[in-house]
Amino acid sequence: MTSGSGISARLRTITERVLSGSATVFVLLGLIVVVISVLNPRFLDPTSLMLFIKKAAPLVLLAIGQYFVIVSGEFDLSVGSLVGAQVVIAALLINGVESATVPVILGMFVGGALIGLVNGLITTLLKVPSIITTLGMMLVLYGAIRWLTGGAPTGALSENFRVLGRQGIDDVPFIGQIPWALLIMVALGIGAGYLMRSAWGRTLIAVGDNERAATFAGARVWWVKTTAFVLSSVLATAAGILLGGYAGVTAQVGQGLEFTAITAVVLGGVVLGGGRGWVVAAMAGALTVEALFRLFTQLNLPSTIRPTAQGLIIIAAVAYAAVDRARRQRTSTAIGTPRHSDVAS
Amino acid sequence: MMNAPLSLRPRHRGLSTTAIVYLALVAILVIGAVLVALSGRNLFSNANIVDLLTRSSLLGFIAIGQTLVILCRSLDLSVGYVMALSSLIAATTMNGEVSRIPIAIATALAVAAVIGLVNGLVVTKLKVNAFIATLGMGLIIKGYLDTNYAGPAGDVPEAFQAFGFTRIGPLPLSTIVMFAVAAVGIWFLHRSRTGHHMYAVGGDAEVARMSGVRTDRTVITAHILCALAAGVAGLLIASRFGTGSAAVYDDGYDLESIAAVVLGGTYLLGGRGGIGGTVGGVLILATLDSVFNTLSIDPFIKDVLRGVIIIAAVAIYARRSLTGAPTRRRFSERPPEPDIPTQPDDTRTEAADTGPAGGRT
Repeated sequence: MTSGSGISARLRTITERVLSGSATVFVLLGLIVVVISVLNPRFLDPTSLMLFIKKAAPLVLLAIGQYFVIVSGEFDLSVGSLVGAQVVIAALLINGVESATVPVILGMFVGGALIGLVNGLITTLLKVPSIITTLGMMLVLYGAIRWLTGGAPTGALSENFRVLGRQGIDDVPFIGQIPWALLIMVALGIGAGYLMRSAWGRTLIAVGDNERAATFAGARVWWVKTTAFVLSSVLATAAGILLGGYAGVTAQVGQGLEFTAITAVVLGGVVLGGGRGWVVAAMAGALTVEALFRLFTQLNLPSTIRPTAQGLIIIAAVAYAAVDRARRQRTSTAIGTPRHSDVAS
Repeated sequence: MMNAPLSLRPRHRGLSTTAIVYLALVAILVIGAVLVALSGRNLFSNANIVDLLTRSSLLGFIAIGQTLVILCRSLDLSVGYVMALSSLIAATTMNGEVSRIPIAIATALAVAAVIGLVNGLVVTKLKVNAFIATLGMGLIIKGYLDTNYAGPAGDVPEAFQAFGFTRIGPLPLSTIVMFAVAAVGIWFLHRSRTGHHMYAVGGDAEVARMSGVRTDRTVITAHILCALAAGVAGLLIASRFGTGSAAVYDDGYDLESIAAVVLGGTYLLGGRGGIGGTVGGVLILATLDSVFNTLSIDPFIKDVLRGVIIIAAVAIYARRSLTGAPTRRRFSERPPEPDIPTQPDDTRTEAADTGPAGGRT
């Protein structure tokens, strides 16, 4: 099956596979939105929707960043602590002074990129598994946060800092306000989509699918992976700016976000271990997770039981996608795409 | 960056990974002792040793279980929650009565085993990535715990608290039990059929399956044993605290146990390593904690140092496997051998002697 038709058939099954993984998340998102709007018709009001977007935007940005890293076959567990560290340090440095806003934001991006660079270089050059690298980075950053704050964050963010997370373009007909968060989210989403179609993006996927083959094909594995880590940290910084603006400063900000972001990406049909997945679906995964939280609020679930529901839904959704993928593969082996690792059971 | 000269480097020969782990432990003990001595105290005082060993027993149980799962190329992020749940079940079932101790232990461990079974089934049959499956399971248990137990619950009779507090010389009973479990685990991995299957499945599930190994069953067994080990850790919590505690799941034992396993030289992608190394890894982490505590280092700095040391240690192991052999060689050039890794720690060295270093991923 090395003929041209074989390759095109393979391409078709690959597209199908990607779509099947992503379709789950879009259906799920639609379903949750329908349920919420049945319970509360006002959820579909533009104002209420925009509020939802504002709240969801940070997670969407984190999901984009996490997508880059996951699709290359790695993990980034440090993003939650990075968001926390960025917000707390920004508050400490700005301390309510408006004029400090822009330099501090620039500094945050430089710092974020540096953290990503360290993550990436330790993972690629020193060959430390990324779970351990970023776990260590998480310990370091959490330690740094608590050491700097002594438990309770000091300082305050300036009003200008909070504009991006809170405000938007006001007085738009019908909608009322288009939040900056929405515009940033859409812009970064389009950017990420194009990036994944570029040579860099294709190399990234190839590296995630089969690092060895990619190496032999001449890909600079360490370079694409390191840039993926840098992008993840930079996006986490952006998420931190939105989150700090939206929710303000606490010592807990960002805690556990890395797992939520990974959950979002995986809900989007991106395969842990790399090589498969669509960035837009990862973003939809983030929206789905946020919609889920919104649904729990709508249902007045006691907040303590939320993790249970969250856990059940994640496992169910991922199991559905995985079983679906396995089924498709079984039927598609006839066309000639037996994948060594997928034949199990 | 990954190129031919690697093969020209001098290799560290003759040392298994486990030996390196224990050398590192000795080095850390010596450095720690010197640092502590400089501040005018003694790291090897009785109180310190007891503290160090007590610390290691709890993490030890969890990390031993985690080793089995990681050897199978899986992962268990729910261990912290299983531990908390088991401590609560044990303490509430005992309810202060000595006669109920056996039933309490049985119930707690049975529940843990069922959770492990479900984890294993979800991973193998539903093909959910272990990271997500066990993370989800952890969330499910967390929700149950938060809803039903606002604070500590149950009452553990004195007789059972002895498990947590009895000491034979400087050795706490719990540590002795932990070492015993580790010894059984080492025997299990090296001598039993299922143990060998775990290495085979972690090395390459597909090859293992085609060699006639029931891969799913092996992975499920590993998950059950891992959850059971976490259950035992929960019993230890109950006996130390005198009550069951839901709050222990926040202590990060899941990630710390993975760190201990990897620090012990077990390969995160399965198939290589062992419990001997893990116990070394646990002792290293416990020693670090003890040293930091005796030096009364700021607890926040402690986290930073711990993170840096974990990364550095794993980087050193990775270097070793760089100079020694490819990080992962599924189809090595050496003639086919029975797929039972006789000495898992040595596979790396053997592969290095026959394989060129250029083919590393």
